[in-house]
Order: sequence, then C-alpha cells, then structure tokens
Amino acid sequence: MPLLEVDSLTVDYRTSRGTIRAVEDVSFSLEKGKTLGLAGESGSGKSTLGLSIIRLVPYPGVIVKGHIKIDQTDILELPEPRMRSIRGRKVAYIFQDPMTSLNPVKKISAHSTELIRTHEANTSKEEAFERTKTILKDLGILPERINDYPHQFSGGMRQRIMIGLAIALNPDLVIADEPTTALDVIVQAKILDLLENLRKIYGMALILISHDLSIILERCDKIIVMYAGRILEYASSVELHRNPRHPYTRGLLQSIPNVELADQKLAAILGSPPNMLNPPKGCRFWPRCSHVMEICRTKETPLVDIGHNHFVRCFRYHKEGTKVE
Amino acid sequence: MSKVKIKRSILARLISGPTFMAKKGPSGWMVILGIVIALALVIMTAIAPWISPHDPNAINVGPIRAPPSSQFPMGTNHLGQDMLSRILWGGSVMLQISALSVLVCFLIGVPLGLFSSYVGGIFDRACSLVIDAIYAFPGLVIAIAIAAVLGPGVVNMALSIAVVYIPSYFRVVRSQVLSIKELTYVEAARGAGAKWYTILFRYIFPNVIPSVVVIATINFADAVLTAAGLTFIGLGVTKDIPDWGWDLTDGRALLPSGTWWVITFPGLMVVLLALGFTLVGEGLSELLNPKLQR
Amino acid sequence: MGLRSYIITRILLTIPTLLLLLSMVFLVMRVLPGDPVSLHFEKKATPEQMEAMRRVLGMDKPLWAQYVDYLGGLVNIEYLLEHGYPNLGKSMQTFEEVGGQIFSAFPATLELAIYSMIIASIIGILLGVTSSKSYNSILDHLIRGFGTVTYAVPIFLLGMIFQLIFGVYLRWLPTGLRLNPAVDAPATLTGLYTLDSLLEGNLFKFFESSKALLLPSLTLGLILSGMFIRMTRTNMLETLRLDFVTAAKARGLKESTVTYGYALRNALLPIVTMIGLQFAILLGGAILTETTFSWPGLGRYVVDRINFRDYTAIQGAVVMFGLFVTLVSLVVDILYAYLDPRIRL
Repeated sequence: MPLLEVDSLTVDYRTSRGTIRAVEDVSFSLEKGKTLGLAGESGSGKSTLGLSIIRLVPYPGVIVKGHIKIDQTDILELPEPRMRSIRGRKVAYIFQDPMTSLNPVKKISAHSTELIRTHEANTSKEEAFERTKTILKDLGILPERINDYPHQFSGGMRQRIMIGLAIALNPDLVIADEPTTALDVIVQAKILDLLENLRKIYGMALILISHDLSIILERCDKIIVMYAGRILEYASSVELHRNPRHPYTRGLLQSIPNVELADQKLAAILGSPPNMLNPPKGCRFWPRCSHVMEICRTKETPLVDIGHNHFVRCFRYHKEGTKVE
Repeated sequence: MSKVKIKRSILARLISGPTFMAKKGPSGWMVILGIVIALALVIMTAIAPWISPHDPNAINVGPIRAPPSSQFPMGTNHLGQDMLSRILWGGSVMLQISALSVLVCFLIGVPLGLFSSYVGGIFDRACSLVIDAIYAFPGLVIAIAIAAVLGPGVVNMALSIAVVYIPSYFRVVRSQVLSIKELTYVEAARGAGAKWYTILFRYIFPNVIPSVVVIATINFADAVLTAAGLTFIGLGVTKDIPDWGWDLTDGRALLPSGTWWVITFPGLMVVLLALGFTLVGEGLSELLNPKLQR
Repeated sequence: MGLRSYIITRILLTIPTLLLLLSMVFLVMRVLPGDPVSLHFEKKATPEQMEAMRRVLGMDKPLWAQYVDYLGGLVNIEYLLEHGYPNLGKSMQTFEEVGGQIFSAFPATLELAIYSMIIASIIGILLGVTSSKSYNSILDHLIRGFGTVTYAVPIFLLGMIFQLIFGVYLRWLPTGLRLNPAVDAPATLTGLYTLDSLLEGNLFKFFESSKALLLPSLTLGLILSGMFIRMTRTNMLETLRLDFVTAAKARGLKESTVTYGYALRNALLPIVTMIGLQFAILLGGAILTETTFSWPGLGRYVVDRINFRDYTAIQGAVVMFGLFVTLVSLVVDILYAYLDPRIRL
C-alpha cells in the first residue's frame, strides 16, 4: 500500500480580489522510500500542494475538496492535535529559504531539543541535547557551534540545520520545497546529495519540489509536472525523460542547457504563466502552446492515460488512450 | 507645469475620494468616518455664532449648576452659563491652535527634513541629533516648558505644541527621502543633469506627501489633546474665551457634588475631535502601508 | 561584539546626547524668556529686589558663566554626596534646593509610572496578541476600536470620569492623595509606598496605598494601552507570517509554543523599544494624572511651580525629566541587545 495517496485535491485562496484556484483536482500516490518530483514554474501551485499535505496552507487558503491519505488515514479528517503529532514526526517539511526559516532568537541546539521533547515528551533535557549533538554532527556542524544563533551561520549551513531538524525524528516522508533555490550552485549539489544519502540511510520517502527540472530528473523516481494548479504530466522519470508528451514538458526539457554543446541557443517557452484570478478557459496552457487546437481553447482538458503509468493532460493524446476521469 | 499636474491630481483624488475610499475596505471606511466627524465639528464651530441659543460668556442665563433639561439641553455650569452655547463656541480655540501648530510643523519640519536628508553629511547628522533629542523628550513637558515662558495665547500655545511635533515630520520625511534618494530613477535624473532643487521638488517631494498627510492628521489630534492638557494645567488661553478645555478644568471642582454634565459634554467634544483626525490618520496609514494589505 | 562591549559603547554614546539635551533645556528655560526673574515678579517688584534674587540664584553672572554653573552643578559629586541629590538650583519662591524638592516628589511619580506601565503592558500585549490571532474578525475590530478610542480620550478626562464613578457615585475608592490622611506613611526604604509597606510587613498600609494607587494607575495605564495594543498587533501580524513561524508549525510544535516562543518573542523586540519610548509619553501623562488625582509626584510639582512662576524649579524639573528619559532609553537599548543577539554584532 502506498505511503501517501492524494485524491482529487483542490485548494482555493479566497482573497479580497477574488478566488484563486491554486491546486485543481490533483491525484497521485507515493510508495515508501520512493521519491516524487514536483516540477513547475512559480505560481504553478506546487508549494501549496506541498503545504496541503501537512495541512498548513496559509490564510486565506482553504482545502476545498479531496482526500490526503497517509498510511491509509485521511489527514483532512483528523483533529488538530493529531495532525500536530504527525507534523515533524511522520511527515517533515523543509522550507525554501533557510535564511528565514529558523527562529532568530533561539539557539540552533534549542530548535532541535525543543522538537525532540515536543514529540517524545518523556525525553530529558540531557538526552535531547545528546541526540541533538549527534544529529548536527552528522550534518557537518561543529559541536562547539551548536549553541550559536542562526544568523551566525551561512545559508548552506542553515539549510543543513533545517534538514537535520527534518530527519531528527526519522519521518516516513520528507517534503523539500525548493531546498536549494536560495543557495549557490556548488552548495546546491552538496545539499541535494546530503538529502539523498540521508534518505537512503533512513528509508524515507521524499517529495522534491523545484522549478528546476534537471534536478528532478536526476533524483526522482516519479515526476509530476504542474502548471496553473493542474497536473499536466505524470510519469516515472525514466519514462518522462525518454518520452515526454506534453508540449510544456517538452519545452521545459528543451530549455535545459547542455554543458557539452559549445554553441547553444537557449530555448525558452514563450509567454508567461496566467493570471490565476482569471485563468484561460479550457487548457490552461493553450496561450503558450505551439500545438494548440481549437478544442484546447474551449473544453476542459482531461487527464489521459497513455500506458506505462504515464498520464498527460492534453487533447492531442485524447483519442489514443482511455479517458481517466 | 509639474506643479499644476500635482494640484490637478490631488483635486481629482478629492472628488473621487469617497468612492475610492469606500472600496478599500475597513481602512477606507475609517478615513471617511473620521473626515465626517471632523468636518461636522468644524462646521458646528463655524456656524456657532448663528445657532447658539445664548451668549456663551453671559453668566446667570439660567440657574447655577442646573442638570440637562429641555431648556438647557446640556445644563449650566457654576456661573449659570449655558453649556450648550459653550459647547458650540468652545471648539474654536482648539481648532485654531491645532491648525496653526500643524501649519508651523509642516512649514518647518518638512523642508528641514527634505533638505537635511538630501544633503546628508555632517549637517544631516547634526540635525538628526538635535531632532532625536527633542523627539525622545516627553512632549507635554516640552510644551509646558515653552508655554510657561511664553505665556498665554493662541499663538504661543500653537508654537509650544509645534516644537513638540516638528521632530515627527522631520523623521518621517527623512526616512522617506533616504529610501527614495538612492532609487534608480533619481540617479538617472541626476545623471541627466537635473539641479538639486528640481530633484527634490519634482521627484522626491510628491512621494513624501502621503506620509506627511498621515503625520499631519495624527499631529492635529495630538495637538487637540495637548492643548486641552495645557489648559487643564493652567497654561491655556485667557478665561474670557469659551473653550472646551476651560470647561473641563472648571468642571473638575464641580465633580464632588455630582455635577457630571460640565465635564461630560466638553469632554465628549474633545474626544470626537481627536478621534476624527486619528481615524483619518490611521486609516490613511493603513492604506499606504502595503505590508498590512492581504 | 558581545553584550559587555555593546553596553559600554552605548553608555559612552549617551554622554553627548545628554549634553545636547541639557543645553537645549538651558536654552529654552534660561535664554528664551530673556529674564526669568522679572517674569517671575511680573513687574511687581523693585529693581533692588530683583537684583537681590538674581544674586542669590547666581543669575547676575554672564550667561556663559551661568551655563557652566548649570552643567557643573549637575556633575558636582561633592554636592551629590552631601545632599543625596544633584544640584538643580534653588527655587525662586522659597530658595530651597530644587533638587531636594524634586527628589522627595519623585518616588510618587515612579510608583505611579511603574504600575501604569505594568497595567498598560499587560492589557496591551494580551489584547494585541488576541487581536492578531483572530485577524479581521469582530473581536479584532472591537479591540482595535478600543485602542483607537482610548488614544483620543484626554487622560484627565478619563481620570475625572473614574473619580466620578468610583469615588463620588460608588464611593469605593479614594479620589486623590497617596494615602488616607489618617494613615501614616510606611517607613521609607524605596519611597514606593506599596513596596515599603510590604517590606515593613504592614498589610493594612499596603492595601491603603494600593487603593489610592488604583485609579490613577488604571487611568494612565488604560490610555497607554491603546498604543501598546496597536503596536503588538501590527508586529504580531507581521511576525506570524514569517517563514520560521510556519516552519515551527510544520515541526508539530504546540500552538502556544509557536504563538509565544516564536511569534511574540520576536514581535516583542520592537515592543520593548516601544515601551521605552512610551516612558516619555508616560511622564507627560503622569503630569496630567497627578494633577487630576492630586497625586504628590513630580508632575504635580511642576504644575504647582508654574502657578508660582518658579522658573528655576521648573527648569530643574524639566532637567529631571530629561535625565529620567535618557536613563530609561539606555536601559531599553541594553535590554534589546540582550534579547536580540543580532543587534550586538
């Protein structure tokens, strides 16, 4: 049975200027110990999706419809105290910007001891501190620095601390929201490798959210490509790489620069993401699609199963496979 | 030419103001409510000579310390003066003092702030040091000190109060100028050879106006309260002028006998006046502060 | 930088500010009126009488000499040790040492200030936090309305209304004075009647002095709380939206831990500064409150001196206010550095 099952999830932001449907009808599953990549531009809804899984969609967001099952339990039905015991312990979240994710007035060791003692109430202060020392040491943080404050560390170090906090209680699932976007390239690779190593050691499932498809292709078993709140393509990474179907996915893959080519024109997808207060009718992507058809502009595009566990939301594949939904 | 543009846009704003404000949610409503209250009081004071039933200074128009009745809707005080008439007339002093002090603050604080922060350097630091020292000092104490040495009178009181609030204008203007000064379009103007006064008045000043307006309204409310306070201590205008502040001071002695009406109605007026301007100021400041916009 | 070096630096920086402050007070109170002595007498005295006063007060010397005397008097350690208070000049009315008069009046104001600040902080922070957590709800609007209205009410008006309700109509509480005249003051240790009576072990005196303190501090505290509510609310709203708050929730921490340990703890930093700044407003408010309640503190001292046109005494009191505000501001800055480790660097 899969660790995580998301079924027809829809999330709205009810702002004073109108309702924004940030996530629309999203369904997927994730097995224990596997990785899922969520790829998409800013505003595609991937962060909202991530936050929904731990039920922390910020005001004025509301989960309108759907089910999120973790180990068979629908977390949307849980009372808040039970949800809190899941957060940090069973499911951990790593935020994008390490510079602002830590409490500026709390020592970093305090972050960890507090976490341990919240979820494992009978732990003594000394025990929690010992465990903290071990965790932070494994992450490359010098023992003499564990009583320092967050602002005394660099961005890369702070992200390591965040990762440490995430894995401290050995969660089943870690959601990493753009864990490397705020870091420079060299540190990026180190952090991702670190994450991967820890994942293998502890057997955690990982959802990696990023706008950088190259990272996701390298490190994930399954990939979801999101756009304007909808899943446009969903397949294993091997399949997606070999056989990208959606014009958007193709565009994204083409725009990844190839280090080995001497002369290269950077291909970009023309246009920009839609205004979510008033999105295009029909397929959300049609204004930027080079293969747009008449039906794309008018009818809501269904998700199509094209075999090999590969799903595409595009009318160009509609007649080929069986309709899903 | 640019000045005409600014004037026209301000005028256009004023006309479309209320509808514009109403659409902006609770902050907009605050502003409208504040303006309505303030305007009502100003108008009431202005037309007092025509609608006042009695001469506010005339004594013994009715029984002494009479409670509110149909004849004297707000009662009479210890001199037999009609409270209603005194209420209608009494705002004039406070309005004059507050308006004058706001004007003085604006005329001194804004140019000083603009100039000082734009020029920078030692001059700016010296000014800031002096201004900060005044700013940190208890406002009422400054007002008392100056009023004590200057003596009674509308102008003197206005000046005392103005000194207290000039630092607020200075600081607000300065912080705005400092952030605008380094923006690219200002740099571009400088690069194009614009003179300093052009940059200051065409580019920087218009951006500073909204914050100054907010400060001015809050300043007005504070001035009202400070003027009342000064009068209460005995540093107010001379007794022959009807003033809510004096009623509050006199009414104090009447409290032990349970004569509540002499302080209640003037007190209510002062609160309304201060409230009106505070609402406008707070509403405007919320509208201008994007951080609080959801 | 470390806390210690920050403290030292900060104290050293206070000196020029203090000098500036004292000079400005001198400018306003000695130079601006032209001749305080004739202002005092209002032309009702002979030139000989005025000259005599000037000699006693040291005002016959040239202005710069008076300035030196003025500053010198304040740092005169010998005088301080001998009298127990700094040299603030002599009263025009009684020729007593102004310093002595001020220092006997000061504890009353201090006591009032402390309790008012406590009341204002508790009300302000609690209501501010509540308001921020129920953003845009009716409760939020009510609290904000309350905060706005209390700001617009003159302190003395509120004081008089309280006196009317609780003193005249209900007769629960005294309307003035620090202590019921029938009761003796407790043995002076701190000058704060409530504290002294506790130290003395005399509960009756404690209750009597608390009763007298209740209305004035409630008045002042309530008026101050308006500002506190607004600042706490604004800071909390901003802080609650910051990443580390959401990150804390994402770790499954308790609601109270997140609200107080993460949000408030960080939002509190500017609030601490605000409390310090409010001390200045507090002193101003204290003047009015003391006048309303006949509270024998520094505020009422100033008002009395105004009636007597005792300019030297007023000057001394203004200097005292300035010193007090500077001291509080120093303490607040140091406290802030202690609370926020980032500032020290």
